[in-house]
Amino acid sequence: MAHRKPPLRKVHADRGAKFTGFGGWEMPVEFDSIRAEHAAVRDSAGIFDVSHMSEIEVSGPDATDLMQRLTTNDVTALDPGDSQYACITDESGVILDDTVVYALPDELDGSDASDSAYLFIPNAGHDEQMYERWTTHRDEWGLDATVKDQTEQWAMFAVQGPDAAGLVADAMDADVIDLSRFEATYADVAGAGCLVARTGYTGEDGFEVLCPWDTAESVWAAFDCQPCGLGARDTLRIEMGFLLSGEDFDPETEPRNPYEAGVPFTVKLDTEFVGHDALERAKGEGVDEQFVGLKLDERGIARHGYELRDENGAKIGHVTSGTMSPTLGEAIALGYVDTDYAEPGTRVRVVVRGDEKRARIVNTPFLEDK
Amino acid sequence: MFEVPDDLRYVESHEWTSTDDVARIGITDFAQDELGDVVFVELPDEGDELAKGEEFGVVESIKAVSDLYAPISGTVVGVNEALFDQPELVNDDPYAEGWMLEVEPADEAEFDELLTAEEYREQTE
Repeated sequence: MAHRKPPLRKVHADRGAKFTGFGGWEMPVEFDSIRAEHAAVRDSAGIFDVSHMSEIEVSGPDATDLMQRLTTNDVTALDPGDSQYACITDESGVILDDTVVYALPDELDGSDASDSAYLFIPNAGHDEQMYERWTTHRDEWGLDATVKDQTEQWAMFAVQGPDAAGLVADAMDADVIDLSRFEATYADVAGAGCLVARTGYTGEDGFEVLCPWDTAESVWAAFDCQPCGLGARDTLRIEMGFLLSGEDFDPETEPRNPYEAGVPFTVKLDTEFVGHDALERAKGEGVDEQFVGLKLDERGIARHGYELRDENGAKIGHVTSGTMSPTLGEAIALGYVDTDYAEPGTRVRVVVRGDEKRARIVNTPFLEDK
Repeated sequence: MFEVPDDLRYVESHEWTSTDDVARIGITDFAQDELGDVVFVELPDEGDELAKGEEFGVVESIKAVSDLYAPISGTVVGVNEALFDQPELVNDDPYAEGWMLEVEPADEAEFDELLTAEEYREQTE
């Protein structure tokens, strides 16, 4: 099947971007060099086209109920304009997706004053599956909510880095400097009505901007900073220890619950949601394996799928993501190990092309260990 | 677009070799550009034997791992150890400071079986 293309595919190609297939989309992986793009985000600012991310809008009298029952976090804690990170789990507590849920700001959401409206952002290529999940459960539970897949209506950019706030503030008419982390507002950017949120996936201050698909070019051009591809996005998020869907969890190849995956804060057991009982049990019993950070003490790079062993050669886990950290200049990785080996400082081995390389468990984010 | 020196010979897997009595081996400008930022190089030791067409090492960029294939057979007589601390030399200067191995060829007739610069340019166009 042909890959879906972001609205700025040609703009990126003209700029000299290299592309990669990701979640069914053809996205820029690199504009100049991953190292240069990564450094721009850590030192000044960079902009990412993340239009491959999905957008599902949920509104109507029972929108809150539907969101509450299909995500692990507590949406009733959200005031309009707030957002939160959450997981979407199946009956057994396995993460199907992770997402940011926005309670849409009041003034422009177009909904009845008595209704609530939400937008959530499933990972690339998950829009159909999540739309199906939301509508099926809505019908099964007899809830009154409208669910719309807006993935190809909204383009999405992330402007990230220590200089991002000034850059974004200059480009729009709204006061975004005072937005708190995970707070969103509507703003005009280059004549386009955008949803602007102080969120991101890099560990830096920054904003994610959703704009109508047909305004993408002028909105993208409004932010004058280093264009960055998915390559730098990956090295930045690994340095922060952030999960990547399909790599660090996947219902088929890496089935994990939020406790194993190191995101217990997304689970609010005093709410009712699909997977609640299984997660309550998992919390009570503890988990056998845990998501950890690793640093290699020998030359080599740990990649997805590489085996982890203890110092006696016994298998204790595996790597799910790894790279050479551009900021630290060290090989870092994420993966799962038996809980007995999850303590920071524990010595382990990574099997790199048949050779055991010395490594140790470290705290994430890796940058705090600098 | 990519630099392809006329005095070197090439293989489809994007390694180059000089045709000197002690042949230098590396990867092409096209290959380093495809790989992106090179962060790690694994090479054989001096004295190791290379067999034409077989893997002799690994080059890793931030985004990918690639095997290296020997363009000729021979004995390794030199290893560019500078790459262990500065793997980015492969990106910056793939035909000079980014060289990887020096090899005493086992059979100089093997050079004639390799791609010329013109043939390699056609392959990467």
